[in-house]
Amino acid sequence: MVEFTLPKNSRVTVGKTWPKPDGAKNIRKIRIYRYDPDSGANPRVDTYFIDTDNCGPMVLDALIKIKNEIDPTLTFRRSCREGICGSCAMNIDGINTLACIYGMDEIKGDIRIYPLPHMPVVKDLVPDLTNFYAQHASIMPLLETKTARPEKEWRQSIEDRKKLDGLYECVMCASCSTSCPSYWWNSDRYLGPAALLHAYRWIIDSRDEATGERLDDLEDPFKLYRCHTIMNCTRTCPKGLNPAKAIGEIKKMLAERQM
Amino acid sequence: MADSVPKTRPLSPHLQIYRPQMNSVMSIFHRFTGVGMGLTAILVVWWFLAAATSDSAFALIDGLLTSWLGILVMGVSLLAFWYHLLNGVRHLRWDSGHGYGITASRQSGIRVLVLALVLSALSIYLIF
Repeated sequence: MVEFTLPKNSRVTVGKTWPKPDGAKNIRKIRIYRYDPDSGANPRVDTYFIDTDNCGPMVLDALIKIKNEIDPTLTFRRSCREGICGSCAMNIDGINTLACIYGMDEIKGDIRIYPLPHMPVVKDLVPDLTNFYAQHASIMPLLETKTARPEKEWRQSIEDRKKLDGLYECVMCASCSTSCPSYWWNSDRYLGPAALLHAYRWIIDSRDEATGERLDDLEDPFKLYRCHTIMNCTRTCPKGLNPAKAIGEIKKMLAERQM
Repeated sequence: MADSVPKTRPLSPHLQIYRPQMNSVMSIFHRFTGVGMGLTAILVVWWFLAAATSDSAFALIDGLLTSWLGILVMGVSLLAFWYHLLNGVRHLRWDSGHGYGITASRQSGIRVLVLALVLSALSIYLIF
């Protein structure tokens, strides 16, 4: 449901300002959303200062530096530090992206970091992705076949394999889905760009034999058709993929099979 | 441990922090212009009905629509009409599977904005 303002327990307050590092020449101000589930207090925004001469170039480098040297209670997910695991997705400078591949030099002024938008917050920059993963599972993200299993592998022509490029690279970081206003208002029933991109990845896989059932499942006013081509998903995808186009292709296939 | 977990987790900020994108702003304006024109249409229907009813009924709505406020509302509605129509064509093109790239959609957005302004100016020129 559309609610433009935040619920009472989610309103963000002004937090602590941490001291500036001593003797640093180049200082960067970083404002980070904090929420501590143990205190039960409302979320707040803390202000940190880091010495950029003594820090890696990426936003994730700054977060790790803060956690190591300034405030060990700062909580965030991270793993591969090269944009392949999708763990460190967060809202940086007003758009969703991966902290590990977003350079601090791409940001003018203060660096503002929030968790992925319109999600339940577990702690600090860690959102609860349970619903997001359940939606991915609901589109059956695996090869479904009816014919007898071949002796070796399921084969595919080079042309058919090419159709999966731009789809299989998705790392399920949830940047796109949580950038989508439709998903903000209807995430209980609308699947969102990430799950739909994965749905399309299996629909056009030449080896998959459940195309009809997959399309039947998506022919629903909410699951698919809450997409209004706002295009925030494509605009924000840190991997440069195009979920809006994938969703458009599904809509087209549904329209074409009516004829 | 379970006792220390609050029953409701806070909702992370959304509209408050997400930087407006050209594509998202144009999308919400498509809806605004659609709803707005629906409201203006009521005024126009009222105008026509009044014209078929009586001189005094027509004078009232005609006076309203030709006042400076009425002209302003109709002028904005004209801009809304062209914007909504052109952006609708942009949506049809998307629905046919074209123009989804970031650069392509940005360019088609600029085309819609420029053409809406040009066609509105042309309409006003032709009307007066």
